Amino acid sequence: MTKTSGEAGTKRAKMAGRGVKVFYGEKRALHGIDVDIYQNEVLALIGPSGCGKSTFLRTLNRMNDTIDICRVEGKITLDGQDIYDPKLDVVQLRARVGMVFQKPNPFPKSIYDNIVYGPKLHGLATRKDEFDAIVEQSLKRAGLWTEVKDRLNEPGTGLSGGQQQRLCIARAVAVSPEVILMDEPCSALDPIATAHIEELIDELRANFTIVIVTHNMQQAARVSQRTAFFHLGDLVEVGATEEIFTNPRDERTQGYITGRYG
Amino acid sequence: MSASVTVALILLLSLIGFWMGRSRAVAVSGGRIASLHSVPNYYGSFVAIWAGLPALVLVLFWLALKFPVTEALVLAGLDVDTIRAWGQQMLPPQDLAQLMERLAAGGSDLLSDNQKQLLLINIRNIAAGQSQYVNPDVLGILKPAAAHYSTLLSLANWSLFAISAVLAVGGLVYTRARISPDLRARNGVEKVVNALLIVCSLIAIFTTLGIVLSLLFESVRFFARVSPVEFLFGTHWSPQTALRADQAGSSGAFGAVPLFSGTLLIAVVAMMVAGPVGLLSAIYLSEYAPRGVRNTVKPVLEILAGIPTVVYGFFAILTVAPVIRDVGSLLGLSVSSNSALAAGVVMGVMIVPFVSSLSDDVINAVPQSLRDGSLGLGATRSETVRQVILPAALPGIVGAFLLAISRAIGETMIVVMAAGMAAKITANPLEAVTTVTVQIAALLVGDQEFDSAKTLSAFALGLVLFFATLLLNVVALRVVQKYREKYD
Amino acid sequence: MTEIAAPMTATHSFHTSVEAEKRLRARYAAEQRFKIYGILAIAVACLMLVVLLFTITREGMTAFWQTAIRLEVTIDPAKIDPKGTRNPADFDRAAFQDVIHEALYTRFPQAEGRIARKELRGLISPVAGVFLAKEVGDDAAMLGRTIQVWIPASDAINQIEKGRIDRNEEEANRPINDRQLAWFDQLKKDGDSGPIFNSTFFTSSDSNYPELAGLFGAVVGSVLTLIVTLSLALPIGIATAVYLEEFAPKNRLTDLIEVNINNLAAVPSIVFGLLGLAVFLQFFGLPRSSPLVGGMVIALMSLPTIIISARAALKAVPPSIREAALGMGASRLQTVAHHVLPLAMPGILTGTIIAMAHALGETAPLLMVGMNAFVTSAPSGFLDSASVLPVQVYIWADAPERGFVELTSAAIMVLLVFLVAMNGTAIWLRKKFERRW
Repeated sequence: MTKTSGEAGTKRAKMAGRGVKVFYGEKRALHGIDVDIYQNEVLALIGPSGCGKSTFLRTLNRMNDTIDICRVEGKITLDGQDIYDPKLDVVQLRARVGMVFQKPNPFPKSIYDNIVYGPKLHGLATRKDEFDAIVEQSLKRAGLWTEVKDRLNEPGTGLSGGQQQRLCIARAVAVSPEVILMDEPCSALDPIATAHIEELIDELRANFTIVIVTHNMQQAARVSQRTAFFHLGDLVEVGATEEIFTNPRDERTQGYITGRYG
Repeated sequence: MSASVTVALILLLSLIGFWMGRSRAVAVSGGRIASLHSVPNYYGSFVAIWAGLPALVLVLFWLALKFPVTEALVLAGLDVDTIRAWGQQMLPPQDLAQLMERLAAGGSDLLSDNQKQLLLINIRNIAAGQSQYVNPDVLGILKPAAAHYSTLLSLANWSLFAISAVLAVGGLVYTRARISPDLRARNGVEKVVNALLIVCSLIAIFTTLGIVLSLLFESVRFFARVSPVEFLFGTHWSPQTALRADQAGSSGAFGAVPLFSGTLLIAVVAMMVAGPVGLLSAIYLSEYAPRGVRNTVKPVLEILAGIPTVVYGFFAILTVAPVIRDVGSLLGLSVSSNSALAAGVVMGVMIVPFVSSLSDDVINAVPQSLRDGSLGLGATRSETVRQVILPAALPGIVGAFLLAISRAIGETMIVVMAAGMAAKITANPLEAVTTVTVQIAALLVGDQEFDSAKTLSAFALGLVLFFATLLLNVVALRVVQKYREKYD
Repeated sequence: MTEIAAPMTATHSFHTSVEAEKRLRARYAAEQRFKIYGILAIAVACLMLVVLLFTITREGMTAFWQTAIRLEVTIDPAKIDPKGTRNPADFDRAAFQDVIHEALYTRFPQAEGRIARKELRGLISPVAGVFLAKEVGDDAAMLGRTIQVWIPASDAINQIEKGRIDRNEEEANRPINDRQLAWFDQLKKDGDSGPIFNSTFFTSSDSNYPELAGLFGAVVGSVLTLIVTLSLALPIGIATAVYLEEFAPKNRLTDLIEVNINNLAAVPSIVFGLLGLAVFLQFFGLPRSSPLVGGMVIALMSLPTIIISARAALKAVPPSIREAALGMGASRLQTVAHHVLPLAMPGILTGTIIAMAHALGETAPLLMVGMNAFVTSAPSGFLDSASVLPVQVYIWADAPERGFVELTSAAIMVLLVFLVAMNGTAIWLRKKFERRW
């Protein structure tokens, strides 16, 4: 396995994976991934379809638990704490490591209720004005506030695709997680909405650590500080985005970013 | 000549037709089968159909009309003296007096429908040689009529035999003569088969029509006697009073509100059992249960669904009702031995699998992405179910419950066996109530008068039941369909 | 970078605070409660099934044996053959009961007087003569012989012996008094009383006397009714499904038919009974209580189920098969008849068997067309008066004698055995012919 080097050892690893293997029944989907995720940085996971990047993303907040036949080996830490430790609580983990999905999936509730759903569960607020504040702040952070502030009681499913995805981001932000995972958040959106969300991701970096899976190399180049390239269940190469795109070490990476396969 | 012999003859002729048609086709082809339009078997079938089908259709019509027609003829053929003599023997004094008046007036419609039925039963029994069931005094009076009846019947049977034989042979000979290499036998056969398929498909429509028309027809006769307003809004139900027309209070009381309220009460009790149990088990099975549990529990619930309702009814009177009564008396409550509670609880158990499988479908139709979204925000499973899945599935669940209520309303055997006959309006499930279906069964099981308001009221109740369940089903299916479209 | 750096100062997230941990515990408690509700719901449903099957079996098991009393009976020619012709046609059937009574008086000579003898007769079934007559047969050779026979005890004795009536109950509250009990205990002590297999239950038809009542007539009635149902519903159902699935153009009429089928599937069964009563009995004048009418009503009821399952089976046949046949120049009808239908047949049959199992348990509509007839001999044709299994259950459940409770339960057991067999066959068929395209 290609080891990554040249990483600044002084940066703070918010999350880290060591020898992460994932099995679906008998089939091995990831062959042992070592990667660090630094605080207040955007890490992009790229690679051809079926390479395991989404699978890896879902191990970071244990969304794989919902799949019966899925099994994870190796170690993943959040602030140095093993998240697969049986003593660790998965609900708490998911509150700290939020997720935005490929397809916008607002709940069939009002915009307001979509946002306060998480905070209510976790007891982030008790009074109405506190919730109002959370809604306003989250929607502002997701860049949706000016568009929806007058129709907070309308159903979230009535928004456009891009707005829905920003609502889902706002919904994730409202829980005040430490890390936000994004699984191809723009794949179902048009270019304008995509640009909007890319801008947003850059702003969110100030407060959150972000891991984003993307198909789109330009997107990775635009939004991320570091990039990891996955291929057939292996992590081929990880490093500063600029370096990966201008000076890839591995020829598979080179092949992919120059478009020989994808 | 019985109809079965006739049918056998037709089938035989049809078979012969098949064989003759096929060999004829081979013959006209002059040995070159390929010169025929269709393969020889189709020529055979072509002849067979023409030999058999018209005659069989004739037999069907004949069988359907044989009794009504002969009986009408026999009744028309009775002379005034016979009717008078029979009436003197068989009719109660008041009816007889009325008959005498009509005889004196020389009217044409002498007997009421009930009396005609009674007379016909006498005639039929004598004709069938079962005179032990007939009043001996009437025997002599009706002998000629019975003989007339027998003659007509055997005439009918013989002429049927002759006519269908002619039809079959005629069809056979005619079509066989038409066979030539150019005859498009296959297309002919396929047209007939296609027509048969269409006729079969129409049976569903005819059944619905039959239900609606027969219920409507009898209900109209009922509403000629009892006003619909009294029936739908009256609060007193006692149809069992009239034994004879001259009795006091013979009209009975037909206010069906107590039946509606009783039906509702039992359905509500049933849903209080089936709703939570069915819904919660569906949630557990689809959201929590490991595969093994799911694979064992589902068949168990299916067994509950497969148990005949009469078994549930017996279970209610054998086990559930005594238990409820005992518990009630322990608590110092007076529980009727056929309380609405016992019937309702057992009916609820019967409906559990229905509710649970429908809810299971509905819950599984909620997209996985919503579950993921909720879990990804750090919700527990139960929070996800209660705050995301159930609200999203609500329309579907409402539809499922409506279907279950319609089941409960239409269920008969459990309430016939475990609920009471007392028509009263109460919301207390410890009392005995009666339901629409119980009354329909009570009014129509056993001996019945043919033309009384009492018998006819059962059809009016049936009409209400039919439309109530139809409405529930149509609404429920709409709701469920809308719901499915939303997530497809 | 092979080792993970030692834990750094954890961020001060709300989610790791003590407050949040406390809240989390409460949330998990709610989660557990919710899960337990689900388990409870399933437990309730399963428990009900178990209780139902258990009570029915417990009540019904005893019906398969019958308490009997052994008596030495002399077939007195003077009583049985009063005309002295030795011709079985002239035998006095009623006298067999007298002969048994005589044997009983001989067995207990101490019972003298009208009342004592009446009580003595209360030990044995009032229809014991029927059993004796069956035992000895229509044969003149038996006249004058003395034989040992097992005679069914009366229902009251039978129920006491099976523990259904408490023998320690106060005398006034039980149908058998102390003296009768003493006689019976005497018989037991002498080995002249014991259980015999209740073959009557399987060989005879309905009766007012529980010891003489059997299920055979109802089974025959059910079989005849199902034959009518099957021979109407299966061809019509297949034809309808084939038409709708393979031939029907998309038009108003087709839609109407489909809507009708779906709605018919949800019409309460008793309404079908009303249809049968009004149309088949009153309009066409077909014979009341007959398997023909019952079968026709049930056929109309099962049609929607059969059509729906047959359509599903036809849908499962991949279009490539149709295209292959049509491409060879076969007509639509040939394609369906030669290729599609044979492939769909196992599926259709499975659905049909399940529909027939439902039909077997159907009661309410049959009551409407008079199939609750009191039938003391098995029906011999489709036009005879008949009863069916579930209706027999209903009739017996209504009967006042204590002995009918166990008979009802036993009848239910037989009914359930039939249902299990039919559904089992359906499942087996499905497994055997399951095909993945």
